[in-house]
Amino acid sequence: MALHRGRGFAAINYPIGMNLGGDPSQALVHSNPDGKFTVALSAIDLGQGMKSVTRQIAAETLGVPIEDVYVDTADSDTGPHDMGSFASRGTHRMGNAVIQASLEARSVMLEAAAEELEVDAADLVTDGRGNIHVKGAPSRSITTMAAAQAAQFKQGRTIAGRGIFLIPLSEVDPETGEMTPVSCFAHAAMLVEVEVDDETGEVAVLDMQSAYEVGRALNPKLVEQQLRGGAWMGMSHAIWETTEPYYPSREHGPKDFNSYLMPGPGDLAPHHISVLERPAPDGPYGGKGPGEMCANPVLPAVVNAVYDAIGVRIDDLPVTPEKVLRGLKAIGGARPRKAL
Amino acid sequence: MAKKPVNFTLNGQDRAAFADDGQNLLEFLRRAVGDLSPKYGCGQGACGACTVLIDGETQLSCLVLAETVDGKAVRTASGLAAGALDPLQTAFMEHFSAQCGYCTPGMLISARALLDHNPRPTRDEVIEAISGNLCRCTGYEPIISAILAVAEGRVRA
Repeated sequence: MALHRGRGFAAINYPIGMNLGGDPSQALVHSNPDGKFTVALSAIDLGQGMKSVTRQIAAETLGVPIEDVYVDTADSDTGPHDMGSFASRGTHRMGNAVIQASLEARSVMLEAAAEELEVDAADLVTDGRGNIHVKGAPSRSITTMAAAQAAQFKQGRTIAGRGIFLIPLSEVDPETGEMTPVSCFAHAAMLVEVEVDDETGEVAVLDMQSAYEVGRALNPKLVEQQLRGGAWMGMSHAIWETTEPYYPSREHGPKDFNSYLMPGPGDLAPHHISVLERPAPDGPYGGKGPGEMCANPVLPAVVNAVYDAIGVRIDDLPVTPEKVLRGLKAIGGARPRKAL
Repeated sequence: MAKKPVNFTLNGQDRAAFADDGQNLLEFLRRAVGDLSPKYGCGQGACGACTVLIDGETQLSCLVLAETVDGKAVRTASGLAAGALDPLQTAFMEHFSAQCGYCTPGMLISARALLDHNPRPTRDEVIEAISGNLCRCTGYEPIISAILAVAEGRVRA
């Protein structure tokens, strides 16, 4: 009886969003008379960072401080339509809609400023600190608040913008079956080291090395957080979690947190993450979506590592001790591919 | 249904409220007292989202009868920031230790109890202290890092 170490590798392509119905997202942006902006979305932030990234994208596009942007994701009854927060689509889909809406609002804001400064709107620039001034002449300036107040109380303009992002629905070619369901892919590769106990069948993940290609990391700390937490969940799905251990039978299925197995903080493997930035041509400021794909490479990498360690090829997740032991029995004992 | 008066301190302040017969402390704190920081996760003591301190010891408030805290001192995450943030709260923000945030109040209380008893814990002791608190978002590492940062004095006050 022995512990066997193995290494496994996996690489994935991950499509951002989906194509059903064209996968639209809308955004509405407007300024209040104090020069602060509200972005209305119906995409929900459950902690994944939708609000933070939306603020960044809107502030960058409007040319105002990030503190001056408020993101309202309150209500899908009253907000602009959105397909929702899933499929890693938030940054890419909503981000593009927010850029379009912010550009329209910015152009009205510059028209209002131009009228106050008695110049051409095309000659105006923003400094990102709450001021609008004539290009090359910073002294001829007006604050965004003054421009917003002039628009509201003097000029009768609405500083607002509408945005939508829609990928034309891809039809399937009846002859070839060819279609283009996805415009944007993220990528990842992962190397996992495991230790398999051939007496108990237990698998422990010892080390994870990964590279994730996420377009431009619009908020690097949030990206890292997502990758780290999501890879943990991938590890959990690889060797622990299932609602139907004997699918399709519900026998021995978990009923609560006491029987639904998950790795705790004592089961962590060091995870070394490299983020590769290749700005996406159709992404907002190059961003893609790191959402779900953080978990995806872990599962095949763990299965490959188990195969490397003991010669058992498991094709049914999660890799439970029972499956490992049955696999070992079937091949007459562990057959490590090679000593590490 | 009989109601029982419960006199206790919540985060250092005297409080009195009526507990329903058989009401657990979590429901009592959230509904009768109005402290929403302890969260309902599983209701059976398996997730740690409802963790509070009773006389300085971590307890799962979903498993505690409300009337048993009569005369005792209860602390919850909502009382951690007394004027300024608790260093643990600062560290949780700096280390991105929350995503959805549902486990965070329980995590903070478990971490606070650890550091109150053992200001210089090892990594293994930190892991032990939060092993009763489930987190589905972070993968735990950012939470462990934040607690160790406070223990090692690497968090600005």
